Amino acid sequence: MESTEQPRSVSGSMQSPRSPPSQPYLSVSVTDPVKLGNGVQSYISYRVVTKTNFPEYQGPEKIVIRRYSDFVWLRDRLSEKFKGIFIPPLPEKSAVEKFRFSAEFIEMRRAALDIFVNRIALHPELQQSEDLRTFLQADEETMERFRFQETGIFMKKPADLMQMFRDVQSKVSDAVLGKEKPVEETTPEYEKLKHYIFELENHLAEAQKHAYRLVKRHRELGQSLLDFGKAVKLLGACEGEPTGKAFSDLGTKSELLSIKLQKEAQQVLMNFEEPLKDYVRYVQSIKATIAERGTAFRQHCELAETTKLKEINLDKLMLTRSDKVGEAEIEYRETKAESEEATRRFEMIVRRMNEEIVRFQEEKTEEMGVAFHQFAKGQARLANGIADAWRALLPKLESASSV
Amino acid sequence: MMGSENDEESHLHASKEDMENLFLRDDGDPLTKTDVNGDKSNSNYRSAMSTLSDSRNPLSPPPIVVTPADSDPLFAPPSYSDFRSPRSTKPKPINGDNSSYIDPPSYADVLFSPFDETSVSEINGSDDGSRHSQSSDSLSRSPSSLSSDYTKITVSSPQKDQDTASSMISGGSTYITYQITTRTNLPEYGGSEFSVRRRFRDVVTLADRLAESYRGFCIPPRPDKSVVESQVMQKQEFVEQRRVALEKYLRRLAAHPVIRNSDELKVFLQVEGKLPLPTSTDVASRMLDGAVKLPKQLFGEGGGASAVEVAQPARGGRDLLRLFKELRQSVSNDWGGSKPAVVEEDKEFLEKKEKMHDLEQQIINASQQAESLVKSQQDMGETMGEMGLAFIKLTKFENEEAVFNSQRARANDMKNLATAAVKASRFYRELNSQTVKHLDTLHDYLGLMMAVQGAFADRSSALLTVQTLLSEISSLEGRAEKLEAASSKIFGGDKSRIKKIEEIKETIKGTEDAKHVAIREYERIKENNWSEVERLDRERSADFLNMMKGFVVNQVGYAEKIANVWTKVAEETSQYARESS
Repeated sequence: MESTEQPRSVSGSMQSPRSPPSQPYLSVSVTDPVKLGNGVQSYISYRVVTKTNFPEYQGPEKIVIRRYSDFVWLRDRLSEKFKGIFIPPLPEKSAVEKFRFSAEFIEMRRAALDIFVNRIALHPELQQSEDLRTFLQADEETMERFRFQETGIFMKKPADLMQMFRDVQSKVSDAVLGKEKPVEETTPEYEKLKHYIFELENHLAEAQKHAYRLVKRHRELGQSLLDFGKAVKLLGACEGEPTGKAFSDLGTKSELLSIKLQKEAQQVLMNFEEPLKDYVRYVQSIKATIAERGTAFRQHCELAETTKLKEINLDKLMLTRSDKVGEAEIEYRETKAESEEATRRFEMIVRRMNEEIVRFQEEKTEEMGVAFHQFAKGQARLANGIADAWRALLPKLESASSV
Repeated sequence: MMGSENDEESHLHASKEDMENLFLRDDGDPLTKTDVNGDKSNSNYRSAMSTLSDSRNPLSPPPIVVTPADSDPLFAPPSYSDFRSPRSTKPKPINGDNSSYIDPPSYADVLFSPFDETSVSEINGSDDGSRHSQSSDSLSRSPSSLSSDYTKITVSSPQKDQDTASSMISGGSTYITYQITTRTNLPEYGGSEFSVRRRFRDVVTLADRLAESYRGFCIPPRPDKSVVESQVMQKQEFVEQRRVALEKYLRRLAAHPVIRNSDELKVFLQVEGKLPLPTSTDVASRMLDGAVKLPKQLFGEGGGASAVEVAQPARGGRDLLRLFKELRQSVSNDWGGSKPAVVEEDKEFLEKKEKMHDLEQQIINASQQAESLVKSQQDMGETMGEMGLAFIKLTKFENEEAVFNSQRARANDMKNLATAAVKASRFYRELNSQTVKHLDTLHDYLGLMMAVQGAFADRSSALLTVQTLLSEISSLEGRAEKLEAASSKIFGGDKSRIKKIEEIKETIKGTEDAKHVAIREYERIKENNWSEVERLDRERSADFLNMMKGFVVNQVGYAEKIANVWTKVAEETSQYARESS
C-alpha cells in the first residue's frame, strides 16, 4: 500500500486534504483537550474541527466543542440507524478517577476520539448520517439537549446488548431449559465468520495483554537503570581515580538510558498497545453487529411465520365466507408488510456485513502494519541508542585501564 | 544509526575468532596462557576498543582512536588494517549474528565452538559451579595477578560418608565429603594435578589455622556453617550450594598472592586422608594441659617459645587468664581510664578504616541495584518472548481462517513481528546471564570487605595485647616500688620482701620480652595490613574496571543484535511507513 492511498489509513489526525477541491471531502480533527468544570463534575472538552465541501454541511470549516459523552451519543445513534455496519469503537470511559486526567491518558483519548470520528467520516454510508452532521456542526447548547434526550432511551442499551450476546451464545442452555430453540442462521460461511470473530477476540486480547506488560517492563527497566546509575555514582565517589571517574561515567550513562526507556515506554503504549486495544474494541463492536443480525434474523423468521399463519387463517376464513375476512385481510397485509420490512432489514444487514468484513480486514491489515512498523522502528531506535551510548564509554574505560 | 551494521561486519570476519577468544578470556578463565606483557584479556580489550572506536557510525563525529601510546605488541595487524579498508556499502545481510560488531556469545558461536564450559552452561542452564567459577576467577583477572602461573581448583562429587569412630557409639553420624581437585603449575606443589576428599569441618580447620598464621592479611572469608539453612533446605540443594561456596572460597585462597603459598593450604589440597592440621577442638583440649602452665606462659617463665605464644591472639581455653586481662584493658581504654602507652595515633589508618566502611556500604548498595537491574532485564526478555508467542498463535489462527488476502498479508506481518520478538527475547536472556557474571564482581567484593574488616580486627587485637602488656608492666613496677619502699624501712632488709621483689623483677623482665615480641607482632601486622590494603585497592580498581568494561561491551553487543532484529522488521514493514512516524 502506498502512503498516498487515501481513505483507509486513519493514523492520527487528518492533514488538510490534498485532493483537488472538486472531489468531495470530509475531514475532521479532534484537538486541544481542555479541563472544564470543578471537582467531581470536571470533564475534558475537545475542539472538533471539520473541513468539508459536502453540500449538506454549512461552509468549508466549522469548529465546535464536544465532550466524551457527545461522542457516545453519536456512536449510539449510528448503532441504531446503521445496523449491519461495524460502528467504530470508542475508547473506554476510564473508571479510575486519578488517572482520568493524567496528561498521557488525555492525549491517548484525544487520539482515539480523533480516529473514531475520522473512521466515520471516511465510511461511505456513515458519512451521510444526519447525526454526524449534528455532531459536527450543532452549537453546544443544542448538542447538550440532544444528548440529554437520548440518554434515557439508550440507558437500556448495555442490558439489551448483554441479552443479545446471551442469545447468541446460549443455544445449548436454552435447549436444556426446555425453551424453544431460538432461530439461528446456520449457513456455513456465517458460522465460520462468527467462530472467527469470537476466537479472534481471545487471541487479540492476549496479545494486547502482553503488549501492555511490555510497556510496564520498559518503565521498570528504566527505573532500574536510574537506580543503578545513582548507586554506581555513589560507589565511584568512594574510589580514587581512575575507577572513580569510570563509575561516574557509567552511572551517568545509565541515567541517560533510563530516560530513553521511559520515552520508548510511552511510544509503545501509544503506537502499539493502543492500536491493539482498538483492534479488540473493534472486534467487540462486530460482536454487537452479529447480535443485531441475530435479532433481525429472528424477527424476519418470526414475522415470516406469522405472515404464513395469517395467510392460512385468511384462506380459511375466506373459504367459510366469514365476516371477519375483511379484518383478517387487513391484518394479513399489515403483517406481510412488516415481514417484508423485517426481511429487507435483515438482508440489508447481511449485505452491509459482507462489505464491512472486507473493509475491516483491509483496514486492520493496514493499521496493524503501521503499528508493527512503528514498534519495530522504535525498538530499533532504542536499541541503537543504547548501543551508541554504551559504546561511547569504551574508549574512556580503555584509557582508564591502561593507566 | 542503521549504518553502523555496515561498519561492523566489514571487519567482523577476520576478527570473529578474536572475538570468540575475547569472550572466553572475558570471563577470566585462568587456563588461558598469558603473556609477558600481562593479562591477555587486557590486550584483547584494547584491540577490541580501538577497532570499536574506528567502526563508528559514519554519521557520527570522527572517532577518537584510542591506541595506548605503548602500542600493544599483541595488536593483531590484520584486524587493524581491516577497518582501514574503505567501507563497503553492500546491503546488510539480515543475519543478526554476523552484523554485531563485538560478538559476545552469539548463539551460533556458542553452539558450535569447542567445549566452553561457561557458554555451554549458560545455554544448558546447568552446572552453576562453572558460572560461579568464572566470577570468582574475576578476582584473579587484575594485571597484578602476574605471569604465567595458575592454580585451578574444582570442588565436585559430594558423597555421603560415615564417621567410623563414633559409629559404634551413636550409630554413626553421617557427613558429606567433597572431592577437591587442583591443577597447578606452581613448583611448590609436587605434582601438577591432585585430588583429595575433604569434609566441611576440614575447611573450618583450614580457615582457623590461616587466620592464626596470617594475622593482618585480608583473608577471604570461608563459607558459613549455616546450621539453620542445612535443616531448612532440601538436602541436595544445600549440598550443591555448599559445593559452590567451597569452590569459590578455595579459588579465592589460591588467588591470594601470599596465602596461595601457605603450608596450610598446600596441606589441605594435597595430603590425602585425614587433614594433618590441628583442629580447633585440639587446641581447646590443650587448654586442660596448658592450664597449669598458664601463669608461667603469660609471665614469661619456662617454655622457649612462650613470648611468641603470648604474642599470638588470645583464644578461649588456654588463654582464659590472658583474655580477662585484655578485656580489662580494653574496657579501661574505652572508659578513658589510664591512657594506654601506645595509642592508635595513625590517622591514616583511621581514615582508611572509615573509607573502607563507606566503600562497603556503597558496594552493598550497588550490588542491590545490580540485582534489580538484572531482574528488570530478565522480565523484559520474558515478556517480549510471551508477546512473541501470542502473536505466533495469532498468525497461525489468521492463516487457518483466512478468507481474504488481507488476512494473509496481516498474518505474514505478524509472523515477522513475532519472530523478531522471540529472537529479541532470547538476546535479552543471554545478555542477562552475561550481565550477572560481570556484576557478580560487586558481590565478590562484599566478601572481600569482610576480609578487610578481619585484617583490621587483627591489628586492633594485636594493639590490645601490647597495651595489656604495657599496663601489666606498669602495675608490676608499681608493686616492686612499693615493696622496695617498705623493705628499705626495715633495717638490715626484709628477707621475704626482698625475695618477692626479686621475683617481681624477674616477672617484669619476662613481660618486657613478651612486650617486645608483641610490639614486633603488632608492627608486622600493621605492615601486612598496609600491603594488603594496597594490593586490594589496586586489584579492586582493576577488577572494577574490568567489570565495567565487560558489562558495557556486553550491553553494546546485545543492543546491536537486538537493533538488527528490529531493523529487519522495520524493513519488512516499510510499506506501512508514514511521514508522521
